[in-house]
Amino acid sequence: MAENKERIGVYVCHCGTNIAGVVDVEEVARWAKENLGDQGVVISKDYKFMCSSLGQDMIQADIQKEGLTRVVVAACSPHLHEKTFRVAAERAGLNPYLTELASIREQVSWVHKDKVVATEKSKAVVAGAVSRVVMHEPLEPIIVPIAEPTLVVGGGIAGIQAALEIANAGHPVYLVEREPSIGGHMAQFDKTFPTLDCSACILTPRMSEAGTHPNITLLTYAEVEQVDGFVGNFDVTIRQKARCVDTDACTGCGICEQKCPKKVIDDVFEVGLGYRKAIYTPFDQAVPKYPVIDRENCTYFEKGTCRVCEKFCPTDAINFEQEDEIIEINVGNIILATGYDLFDARRIPQYGYGRLANVFTSLEFERMTNAAGPTSGDILLRDGKTVPKSVGIIHCVGSRDRNYNNYCSAICCMQSLKFAHLVDERTSATVYNFYIDMRTPAKDYDEFYQRVLDEGTLFVRGKVAEVTDAARISGEEGKLIVQVEDTLAGKQRRIPLDMVILSAALEPRHDAYETAHKFGIACSANGWFTEKHPKLDPVATMTEGIFIAGAATGPKDIPASVSQGSAAAARVLSYIERGELALEPVRAMINQEQCSGCRICNDLCPYNAILFHEDQMVSEINQALCQGCGTCVAACPAGAITGTVFSDKQVFAQIDGLLFLEKSALVPEMA
Amino acid sequence: MTKDFEPLIIGFTCNWCSYRAADMAGTARLKYPPNVRLIRLMCSGRIDPSFILKALAGGADGVLITGCHPGECHYLEQNYKALRRVKLLKRTLAPFGINPDRVKLVWASAAEGVKLAREIGVFVEEIRELGPLNWPARSTPEINPVVEEVEEVAG
Repeated sequence: MAENKERIGVYVCHCGTNIAGVVDVEEVARWAKENLGDQGVVISKDYKFMCSSLGQDMIQADIQKEGLTRVVVAACSPHLHEKTFRVAAERAGLNPYLTELASIREQVSWVHKDKVVATEKSKAVVAGAVSRVVMHEPLEPIIVPIAEPTLVVGGGIAGIQAALEIANAGHPVYLVEREPSIGGHMAQFDKTFPTLDCSACILTPRMSEAGTHPNITLLTYAEVEQVDGFVGNFDVTIRQKARCVDTDACTGCGICEQKCPKKVIDDVFEVGLGYRKAIYTPFDQAVPKYPVIDRENCTYFEKGTCRVCEKFCPTDAINFEQEDEIIEINVGNIILATGYDLFDARRIPQYGYGRLANVFTSLEFERMTNAAGPTSGDILLRDGKTVPKSVGIIHCVGSRDRNYNNYCSAICCMQSLKFAHLVDERTSATVYNFYIDMRTPAKDYDEFYQRVLDEGTLFVRGKVAEVTDAARISGEEGKLIVQVEDTLAGKQRRIPLDMVILSAALEPRHDAYETAHKFGIACSANGWFTEKHPKLDPVATMTEGIFIAGAATGPKDIPASVSQGSAAAARVLSYIERGELALEPVRAMINQEQCSGCRICNDLCPYNAILFHEDQMVSEINQALCQGCGTCVAACPAGAITGTVFSDKQVFAQIDGLLFLEKSALVPEMA
Repeated sequence: MTKDFEPLIIGFTCNWCSYRAADMAGTARLKYPPNVRLIRLMCSGRIDPSFILKALAGGADGVLITGCHPGECHYLEQNYKALRRVKLLKRTLAPFGINPDRVKLVWASAAEGVKLAREIGVFVEEIRELGPLNWPARSTPEINPVVEEVEEVAG
């Protein structure tokens, strides 16, 4: 090690009392100066807030006046302030990669209590960082160009919003939706809380704008099959499922749908409450207007005869021979707005859904209240005739329940209040809300709660134990009886009702994990897409160029989904406008002189970034494809592969540094 | 076993999951034993068996390797490669007289600060049971060449 050549500055941050409250920061700074001089430490200081402009100014002044060649900052996690100090170093003329941030807050002061032990561990962490920084090399960020088009996956309100924002800024967008029409869950609703706007009235203008926008290529009834590449340059393979309808010829007149003799229960849009035909558009305002033939249920595909739609089509648009089409596109950024699935209420058998006819899910009730729905907006029991005289709405079905999902589904309280209002408005029924806690924390939400209270809806605080049709006392015969502990009154109650609505949880899409894997992003333990930062970067992911929006990131109502759609679009637009992006130069490289041509690394690379030159019998890493995981570096038997930022030398040096202290200095802290 | 033996553990963490889990443990002010010192790698797949040998030869009593859960690797599937390497290395350790249990692989996602803190606590107690390794001091003629080789690779 050429220690004397280097002039290293060590800066130990107090972080107010966050670090200094547990770690003796002055002692760490003193110790580093006294003991790490051999490694090149010439300055060691402590300061109240290193990240403040005064702290940064101090480091910059030292770099310039004292001729520092490397800088170690002992402070918080590099995930918070690594960039801050790199930029500070750069401003003072030092290559930004000749800095190292040692985490003595997240990894020391916040997780340990004993001051002596925490101070000793901080010294070890600083020693590790000093040893390591000596091995750092000056690097330049990798500049990648950003392709202009954007892919938006999911045509619900979040995806539509994102697509429109980008398209309106003048950039091309591919909007991919797996159902035959865009619209998502919002298209199924009748009213939206708290304003009671008609859902279709506010959604369909956006849908048709997306459908006709010159910058938006709408690919419905299509799914992303494969994603290759990286930010700025993703190659995406999309399967356009065969509609069996020639969209150039189809006028969307709907005659085929009228004439089709095959009725199919609509499990998707009408959630099983209504029927559609084998050739269909999911709903009247569908975008695009072209129908699809459901090949699994079409009589022609089942039996080989029928072709009624073909006979009646005035423009000869029906094409039974149409096959799935593979579309390949290149995009710079991707926004995932794939939405949620509704919790399957059958999983809570004591609530009787699927067994007791007049127990409905929230989505079924949404369809029932919708004027275009199966009952034309009338609130009726399962027999399709009887108007209920009493209705109970159960909150938190599958949410805030450790047996199913711990989280709060965020929308159910407001949705249940909306249901209560709609029942009150359209019937004379008594309405009960069974809730655990009432959560109405957004603009005009609590006012809506007050309104529903004033309308005379009854509220019972308690978790419903059971919904049953087993009558025990008179007045219960033929009714659904809700057994609940009324925690405010402190007693058990049995409430006979005609109809029960289950406000079911919002869950991640059943295939959320596969989607995340396909796009190279992570899911939380619950299965929601993971943000880059839950507070400060809620629509970005750990993977550059992949953004997330809407309920795919966690339960969200419409305003929040729309905000996220716009936010994700803003992030993408900033990349497009810049035209290029500077990436961390974390890459692997092969020294071809040392490469033995064994090809062990070739198959280890998940990005197929390693090519083998048959003529020279050596491998080479494509720097644009390499993501810097370092697996090949560790695997190379010849030691011919180097990883920048995480080289063998750096890791070995850090190990040495971490073990620099006598381990006897450790004393027991935890009993 | 020394009565007041405090194990020294080097932990290798993945930048995308377990390092963030460690950050999360900190943010949530969870407490775990101070015996572990962490090194950040980009991926558990970066783990080179010589890192582990270097740590043990340099005075660590145990090595903890943490990565993303199977199927959740940030680099698609490199944690499986870490799994294979660690298994092979453990088989190699036994002939040196080193209990393979001194090396442990744990999966911890970025959301699992609680799990990481718990696993660190468990591993510290496991190593405490095994006692000090003292590899450099105990080294015999059979082991010396290995240590030297590791040192050599280390530069």
